[in-house]
Amino acid sequence: MKKSIAYLLMLPGLLFLVFFMVVPLLFTVSSTLVQQGHFSFDGYLAFFKDQYFIEILFNTLKVSLITTLMCIFISFPAAYYISKLRTRKKTILIGLAVFPLLTSAIVRSFSWMIILGKKGILNTLLLHLHIINEPINILYTPTAMIIGLVHLFLPLMIISLIGVMENISDDLVQAAESLGASRFTAFRKIVFPLCIPGLVVGSILVFVGSLTAYTTPALLGGKQQVISVFLYQNAMTLNDWYAASIIATIMIAITFIVIGFMNLAARKLNPKG
Amino acid sequence: MMNEKDRGLAIFTWLTFIVLLGPLVIIIITSFGADSYLSFPPKSLSLHWYQNIFETEGFISTFKTSIFVSLIGNLIALIIGIPAAYALSRYHFKGKGVLNALFISPLLIPGIVLGFTMLKYVIVTYHMPIYTGLLVGHSIIMLPFVIRVISSSLSNFDFSIEEAALSLGAGKLATFFKVVLPNIRSGLIAAILLAFLESFNNVDISIFITGPGVSTLPIQMLQYVENYFDPTIAAISVLLMILTAALMFFIERLMGFSYFTKK
Repeated sequence: MKKSIAYLLMLPGLLFLVFFMVVPLLFTVSSTLVQQGHFSFDGYLAFFKDQYFIEILFNTLKVSLITTLMCIFISFPAAYYISKLRTRKKTILIGLAVFPLLTSAIVRSFSWMIILGKKGILNTLLLHLHIINEPINILYTPTAMIIGLVHLFLPLMIISLIGVMENISDDLVQAAESLGASRFTAFRKIVFPLCIPGLVVGSILVFVGSLTAYTTPALLGGKQQVISVFLYQNAMTLNDWYAASIIATIMIAITFIVIGFMNLAARKLNPKG
Repeated sequence: MMNEKDRGLAIFTWLTFIVLLGPLVIIIITSFGADSYLSFPPKSLSLHWYQNIFETEGFISTFKTSIFVSLIGNLIALIIGIPAAYALSRYHFKGKGVLNALFISPLLIPGIVLGFTMLKYVIVTYHMPIYTGLLVGHSIIMLPFVIRVISSSLSNFDFSIEEAALSLGAGKLATFFKVVLPNIRSGLIAAILLAFLESFNNVDISIFITGPGVSTLPIQMLQYVENYFDPTIAAISVLLMILTAALMFFIERLMGFSYFTKK
């Protein structure tokens, strides 16, 4: 009796999702596997033989990996520092990290257009200081895209890490140090392993986020450099919906492979087993 | 006890925040520049670009569309999300894990994929009008926020209070509205605000579901940036940041920022 109420309460949401999300997704995936009424994998074979597509795929993965590593590297010290604070300062710093997170990606990418453009702040500054003789092109390159993505996803990593670091007792670190471990050893053997769950969550969010981001690559990276922009162009500019469906399916597959793989890695690395 | 290494950490942290917030400060300063191209620092100050927002066609109308879609979409997400969140936290049943994952899945599926498949089926195959399609798409991306925030509020709720109301003869629906809902009010409002921001800033869905006369503010901004490189977008950005800061202030009051770190 009670159970049927539970299903009944979920029914509207369930129908909504199935009708407007699940069915469109399933049909999109299945449409890529059927050609002239027969099951066929040819569409995918053609894609993976295409040098241009492989390059885009490889570029996207590379950009996402660099972005994730940079976010980890920058976030660790900052998150550790914030997690050890106890006062209002902590609330303010977390608030300052959350603010960009809730701000439009267009606004945040646009700020880098002002900074990195040919007549941008960076070029003006470097020319003024006579470090360079003519403006350098950073905007509309993979570098600009990575800078924009790191800026976009840094707060997610900081917040994920603070979440786990808050729960690490100072006593543990002090005990290790009083037993003769150096600060670095104490960090490596005690703090770091306890951070792994947060690190994994943060890395999944940043990696998958970079892999599928559209706005930042479209504004900062120039055209045709990452898979999400490629999907948009195929669907809207070239009107090739078959190709777009294949790209969409590949994106879903990669997303779930990455999430599955990282969860598996987390289970292997987790000190608690 | 502040020692050398802690000071190093502090300096690194402040540098990180300068990189994080500096670009936003630069936008604010640029928006007050008088030049018709983006220069920093501006040579003279003006409010011209703020005026330009209202004089350029498209910004005000798409702003209205964005507000409408985010508010009504929010309402739809709440109507279908609250009962689902309640069922997921109140009852134990078969397939709970799978259903929970399904309700959160709009967050996991790449936005651009979701947008494309919606264009393909919701607009083209189901023949839904663009405006309705936008509402449906935005409701779907807001649903996970509603479910997550309300579930976490309900997990702190003592259901024996509900039992007490029921045993005293209150109806099931009356109990929900008069006992359960007031108790999770702050979580509910935070869910509404977070979902609103997610929808209001959305590009991935809206960029596929636009048509003659129907577009959202972020899409209008993207199109403007492609054609013009003047501080109008900086001025809009400042207004959007004020909106974000105001909503964030309420979220902090309602749940504290610890909500973001404890997920």
